[in-house]
Amino acid sequence: MQIKSPQFKENARIALHNVELQEALGQFKHGFPVNRANAIKRLPEFEDLRDEARDLKNHIIQNLDIYLEQFEDNVVKNGGHVHWCSTAEDANKAILDICKQVDAKTITKGKSMVSEETGLNEYLEANGVRPVETDLGEYILQLRDDHPSHIIAPAIHLNVNDVSETFHEHHKRPKTGDPQALMKEAREVLRKEFVSADVGLTGANFLVAETGSTIIVTNEGNGDLTQTLPKTHIVITSIEKVVPTLEDMSLFLRLLARSATGQEFTVYNTLSTGPKRDTDQDGPENFHVVLVDNGRSEMVGTEFQDMLRCIRCSSCMNHCPVYGAVGGHSYGWVYPGPMGSVLTPKMIGIDKAAHLPNASTSCGKCEEVCPVRIPLPKMMRHWREKEFEKHLTPKTVRFGIAGWAFFAKRPALYRWLARSSAWFMSTVAGKKGRIKKLPLAGGWTDWRDMPAPQGKTFMDQWKAASSAKQQAEK
Amino acid sequence: MPNPTQNPKVGLFVTCLADMFRPSVAFATVKLLEAAGCKVEVPENQTCCGQPAYNSGDKATTADIARQTIEAFDGYEYIVGPSGSCIGMLHYYPDLFEENDPWKKRAEDLKSRAYEITQFLTDIVDFDRINAAFEGTITYHDSCSGLRQLGVKQQPRKLLSKVDNLTLNEMEEAETCCGFGGTFCVKYPDISNRMVSNKTQYISDSGATTLVGGDLGCLLNMAGKLKREGKQIQARHVVEILAGMTDTPAIGEAEYELANEL
Repeated sequence: MQIKSPQFKENARIALHNVELQEALGQFKHGFPVNRANAIKRLPEFEDLRDEARDLKNHIIQNLDIYLEQFEDNVVKNGGHVHWCSTAEDANKAILDICKQVDAKTITKGKSMVSEETGLNEYLEANGVRPVETDLGEYILQLRDDHPSHIIAPAIHLNVNDVSETFHEHHKRPKTGDPQALMKEAREVLRKEFVSADVGLTGANFLVAETGSTIIVTNEGNGDLTQTLPKTHIVITSIEKVVPTLEDMSLFLRLLARSATGQEFTVYNTLSTGPKRDTDQDGPENFHVVLVDNGRSEMVGTEFQDMLRCIRCSSCMNHCPVYGAVGGHSYGWVYPGPMGSVLTPKMIGIDKAAHLPNASTSCGKCEEVCPVRIPLPKMMRHWREKEFEKHLTPKTVRFGIAGWAFFAKRPALYRWLARSSAWFMSTVAGKKGRIKKLPLAGGWTDWRDMPAPQGKTFMDQWKAASSAKQQAEK
Repeated sequence: MPNPTQNPKVGLFVTCLADMFRPSVAFATVKLLEAAGCKVEVPENQTCCGQPAYNSGDKATTADIARQTIEAFDGYEYIVGPSGSCIGMLHYYPDLFEENDPWKKRAEDLKSRAYEITQFLTDIVDFDRINAAFEGTITYHDSCSGLRQLGVKQQPRKLLSKVDNLTLNEMEEAETCCGFGGTFCVKYPDISNRMVSNKTQYISDSGATTLVGGDLGCLLNMAGKLKREGKQIQARHVVEILAGMTDTPAIGEAEYELANEL
C-alpha cells in the first residue's frame, strides 16, 4: 500500500471538505460508541476484566517466546505448519510459496489487517495469484481498488450509493439502492468463489498455545467458508496474538466484541485446529500459520511495549475526536486512529509518520476506552520525543519551543514577555474584547476570534497590591 | 470548619493563561482559597508548567522547567491552580527523572501536594460555603486533563449547586475534547476547527446562556468560536461564578457588552 502519511495535513483537509465522508463519520459516532456503552452497563465486572486482560497480556509479552514455541509445537502435532516471518516480505513470500506448492490460481480471503500491513494482495496479483476478498466491506473496497479506513468496519467511509455504483459497474446487473439486495448480490457472486478457490486465507484474532488453535471472530460467516472449503487454509497473523489457554482466550473474547461493536459476543467464533483429520467429513487438507513479526519483537523492552497488548478492537478510533473528524484514510497507511498513530511510526518510520502522533490533543479518550488499558497518549508523546531527539521536529516548532523556553526558564523575563503580550493584544483589541485577525496567529484567528487579555497581568497586579498592603501596614 | 489542617499555606499556581489573559480567574481562585481558610501566597519564581515543551517531545527543557517549579513551590503545604491541564502537567513531573535522581523524589512530593482548585476545595478542605448567585442557565464542559488525569467531574458541579439561582443544563458530549490541545490548535487548525464547531453546536443545543469550564485554554477556544459564529452565549471560568466575581466582562467580551447585559 502506498504510504500517504507524510501528507496527513493535506489528506485531512480534503477529508474535512468531503461532504459524504463527513456525513458517514457523523452517523458513525452514534453507532459503535453508543452500543459499547450499553454493553458495558450490562457487564458490571467489565473494569475488573480490563485489569485482568492487561495483566495477562503483560505476562504473555514477557514470555512471548515460550508461548509461541508451545503454539508451534501444537500446530505441528496437529499436522499443520508454522512459518516464522520477520518481515512483511518474508510473509508474502511464504504465502506465495504455499500457493505455488498447491498450484493455486485463486485465493479467497477473510478479513485480515496483517495482510494489509504486508501488502499481500498486490504481491499475489503481481505473481499470478488472484486474491478475492470475501468480507463484504473488503470485497467492496477490492472492487473499487480502495483500502480499509477502519480496522473492523473497513468501508465505513462509503455510503449505499457508492456500493450500488460499484456493484452495477462490476456485476453488470441492474442498479439497486437496497442494502439487502446488494448483500444478496455479493453473496451470489462470492459463493462461486468460495467453492472454486484453491486456497483460503484468514487472519486470526488469537492463537491458543495449549491447543495450537487459531480463532477468527466474524459477523458475516465468510471466514468460515473461506477456511473450510478450499483444500489449503493459510492463517496470516502476528506474534502478539498468542494466548496461553482457551480459558484466557475467552477472557479476551468477552472484552473484544463489547469494546468493538458493543455486541456481547461476535456472531461467529471459529477455531481452527490443524488440517482435516481422517474422521472429519470436511475441512482443509493443509493448514499453515504464517507468523509475522514485522517490527513487533523490537518493541519488547522499549517504551512502546504496552502497544503489543492491543487486541485490534477499534474502540480507540471509534471514540477518537480526531478520527471522527478526518476519517481513517487521512492517516495514510494501514492502521488509523490512536492505535495506528503508535504502530505506524514503528512500521514505516517516524520520519514518514511524524504527523500521526502529533495530530492528537492528548485528550485521553482512547486510553479511557481501551480494553487492555494501553496508555496511548503517553506512547504518542514518546514518538514526539523520538522525533525531537532525531531532529525531525519541524524547524518552526523547534525554534518556537527554544524561544519560549528561553523566557520560561527566566521568571523575570517571563513576566516581561507576559506583560508585553498582554499589552499588545489588548491594544490590538481596543474596546472590542476580542481580536478578529492577529499577525502570526492565523492558525487561531482564521477560524475563531482571539479573546483579548483583560489588561495588566495577574503577577503585576498581585505585586502592586502586595506592596500597597505592605506600605499601609508600615 | 471541616478542615484537617488549620489554615494551610497554599502556593497559588497562577498558570500562564490566567496571568496573561484573565487575571480575574487567579483573583477568584485566591478569594475561594481564603474563604476556605487558606493562607495564600504567589511564589515569584513560577512561570509555565512546561506543557508546550513536554507535548513537543522536548524532555530536557521540560525537566529544566520542572526543577524550577519544584523549587518555587518548596515549603508550601499545597499547590493549587485554576487548571486541570497545568496541574495535570505537574503530576507528570516524576516521569521526567530517572529512578535514582534526587529530583524524582522531589517531583513525587510536589505531585502529592498539587491540586486543581475545585478538587482542592471539595476533596481536601471540604469547603462548600459558596456565597454567590448567578442569574442564568449554564452548561459545563469537562476539560480532558482534569477529567481523565485528575478525576475532576463531580467537584465543580457540587460547588456550582451551591450557587443561588443557577441552573445547570448538561450538554451532549460534555466530556468530548473541544479541539484546543495546546499547540494542536495551531498545528492542525482545520481539524481543531471541526472539533470546536461540534462543541459549540452541543453548547447551543443545551439551551444554556453561559458556558462554564475549568481550563482557560479550552474556554478561550470555545469562547472564540462562539463569538466568531455570532452566538449569544458567554463563557466563564468556574471560579468566577463560585467566587461571585461575574462583574467583569465574560471571556472575549467588551465592557459595553457587560453594560448591555446589565
